[in-house]
Amino acid sequence: MKGLNLTLKIWRQKGPDDPGHFETYTLNDVPPDISFLEMLDLLNEKLTLEGKEPVAFDNDCREGICGSCGALVNGVAHGPLKNTTLCQLHMRHFKDGDTIVIEPFRARPFKVIKDLIVDRGAFDEIIKAGGYISVNTGQAPEANSIPVSPKDAELAMDAAICVGCGACVAACPNASPMLFVGAKISHLASLPQGKIEAKRRTLNMLKRMDELGFGNCSNHRECEAQCPKGISITNIAKFNREFFKASLFSHET
Amino acid sequence: MVLDSKVPGGPLESKWERHKDELKLVSPANKRKFEIIVVGTGLAGASASATLAELGYNVKTFCIQDSPRRAHSIAAQGGINAAKNYPGDGDSIFRLFYDTIKGGDFRAREANVYRLAQVSNNIIDQCVAQGVPFAREYGGYLANRSFGGALVSRTFYAKGQTGQQLLLGAYSSMMRQVNAGRISLFTRREMMDLVLVGGKARGVVVRNLVNGKLESHSAHAVVLATGGYGNVYFLSTNGMNSNVSAIWNAYKKGAFFANPCFTQIHPTCIPVHGRYQSKLTLMSESLRNDGRVWVPKSPGDRRPADEIPEKDRDYFLERKYPTYGNLTPRDVASRNIKQVCDEGRGVGSTGYAVYLDFRDAIKRDGIETIEKKYGNLFDMYEKITGQNAYKTPMMIYPAVHYTMGGLWVDYNLMSTIPGLFVLGEANFSDHGANRLGASALMQGLADGYFIIPYTIGGYFAGTSLEDINNTHPAFEDSKRQVDQRIERLLSIRGHKTVDEFHRELGKILWDSCGISRNEMGLLKARDEILALRDRFWDDLLIPGRKEDLNQSLEKAIRVADFFDFSLLMIEDALHRKESCGCHYREEYQTEEGEPKRNDEEYAYVSAWEYQGDDSPPTLHKESLIFEFVELTERSYK
Repeated sequence: MKGLNLTLKIWRQKGPDDPGHFETYTLNDVPPDISFLEMLDLLNEKLTLEGKEPVAFDNDCREGICGSCGALVNGVAHGPLKNTTLCQLHMRHFKDGDTIVIEPFRARPFKVIKDLIVDRGAFDEIIKAGGYISVNTGQAPEANSIPVSPKDAELAMDAAICVGCGACVAACPNASPMLFVGAKISHLASLPQGKIEAKRRTLNMLKRMDELGFGNCSNHRECEAQCPKGISITNIAKFNREFFKASLFSHET
Repeated sequence: MVLDSKVPGGPLESKWERHKDELKLVSPANKRKFEIIVVGTGLAGASASATLAELGYNVKTFCIQDSPRRAHSIAAQGGINAAKNYPGDGDSIFRLFYDTIKGGDFRAREANVYRLAQVSNNIIDQCVAQGVPFAREYGGYLANRSFGGALVSRTFYAKGQTGQQLLLGAYSSMMRQVNAGRISLFTRREMMDLVLVGGKARGVVVRNLVNGKLESHSAHAVVLATGGYGNVYFLSTNGMNSNVSAIWNAYKKGAFFANPCFTQIHPTCIPVHGRYQSKLTLMSESLRNDGRVWVPKSPGDRRPADEIPEKDRDYFLERKYPTYGNLTPRDVASRNIKQVCDEGRGVGSTGYAVYLDFRDAIKRDGIETIEKKYGNLFDMYEKITGQNAYKTPMMIYPAVHYTMGGLWVDYNLMSTIPGLFVLGEANFSDHGANRLGASALMQGLADGYFIIPYTIGGYFAGTSLEDINNTHPAFEDSKRQVDQRIERLLSIRGHKTVDEFHRELGKILWDSCGISRNEMGLLKARDEILALRDRFWDDLLIPGRKEDLNQSLEKAIRVADFFDFSLLMIEDALHRKESCGCHYREEYQTEEGEPKRNDEEYAYVSAWEYQGDDSPPTLHKESLIFEFVELTERSYK
């Protein structure tokens, strides 16, 4: 297959205090079968040999599951292919002669560390506030003692597949993490094991989300459109129901 | 030094219970006085951190990623084994134990493997309680499927993302303890050295990957859960950041390295596409439940798959292994796939691929059933290859996937350095010379949730530890040495990138210490690696500075360790003059081409002791004594 000749406009930023700027690079003869990150590897090999600093970007599994990678590609989180992380996007989806603009996920709570790398520690903070079922090791009853309907298990699974990449925040005009938060709330509240502390969990996670400076949801649905795992916005609706229940009936603060 | 495995006496079934009863306890008030460092946040590290913190210890946990949730356990697809026997198909703790020890070709420690099978059931209970959304039957009870190397259905799964769901369970338990103030979490930190005081593991030096600063952290014990070293081959199914450095540093401080040449090559991965390939992607072994593996009967048959009639196809696994068929263990399947490709019967553009065909399963069960079972895997296959596997057969080829070797540990999971514990893939303990599918997740969680929490208490209760902190001179010494090595790497200023060297190293190992090995090839590889290592230290080019986020430097530090480590792998592969499990020495095979074990001379764990950079390591042997199973020829026919 013929290689692609590409123009890349990439955001370069030395550190959090550097204002940052776009640099333009040309990369020729890119094999269409390689992944987007392999294309960046190729660019980085070239830059290194030219005595320049390579572009820093987070990545690890390159199988679409660890949630490390992510960037805005032509303004869209993870690029043009729906339900696909950046590492699973392949160059066959681009054309010879294309110009590709690559920049980091932008959101106030995600500070840029370097180039395309952002700090998504705020997501860990939200989980820390309540994204779990409080059970110590050894306390668990026999696994089959609590049946779960396959429908509920599937609902939980469809929400639990969130990889925590931050695309929802980057895609949202308000930088709202509601899809991320809603998915976790919904995953746990769909299961009998998770229902018991649902109210407390919902209120605590929401409170932490506000403290961290994230915006709220105003139904733009960009998160759903750009989520690489296809997580449905119905999880936000489920969150709202849980929140409603929690604020009406909870005595906990 | 005599290796003491510390396996308790008595009948196999009661060893662990008895050991737990005999272990000394630390009182709740005293637990607060102990600090434990855990390096790595995969299944083993996260589950250990959570459980140790729940018990009241002060835990400091480190990971190289930006979040502990990204450790590579997350990528495990297929499932986790347990001996629940829910399907009533004859499973039991003994059978899971037996399958695992036989699957490992009788090169693992009986008592450890039995304990693993015992706690497997607790793991499922724990994960369900955490909210892991395992697959369910219509009645609401847990579903199971079968996996390679077993004749029962004992694998629990959450679609093709079991590792992700189990890790998120362990991660959330861990974050609950971070919230409770019992765990201090350090992300984007890479362990550079293990620090010993008075011969005991007392801390680590880590590099802050954001600003390049070296940091010292002290503790009363150190737990390494840093995963496997498959990336020594450059191409593997491991995450890009997986590496050997943490356990290699520990080895250089006196921890013995066991069975370093035991590498699992997974049969069902997406074939290599070309020179710029950065990693390989696994297609879950569960696909072999319904997919049939075949190649054309005659070499050079280039017809498209759908034009090759039944009579011209060779379903070689079904033909050679009628009992297990497509579900033979990974080492057997990989070896056979390589063999048919070497015969010129491989398919695809490179000839290094075989078909994994769902045509018959789709005909039998309907496309919807297949989609439900494997939809996400088919989608992933299409994303990577651009091909629709519902219409044309998948193409697969073996790839490096898991390393059974690792730091030697005793029954308490403690290495030869007192106070240094090693969990999960980083240790050697449970899988012998070959790991069965769906047992890595089981081992990681067994070690973290159910074993270390007991055994580390026994260590604390029976040891006196000096009162030190990170101002102890040992930390400064270690930092200085680490810094010198980093300086040395940066000062080379040569002409080749670290990836170029790594790719070359990987190719040498894959060709000579991969699916099959022979003495001549290994000796040649050793010379080639020595020469390449010299070139690496002479001509490496690392851009940027050390006081910065510098991914090229991170890689260079890891690859420098891979070079040193690869020589130990070769040494181990050379010395083991038998074939067992993944270690297929061409000189030692049966008439039918199956691996030929030599139990008289090699029924032992090789444990290597570091003797300095310029001296050969010393080999120690832990004899494997099988009291409860009979060593048999491992047949899957």
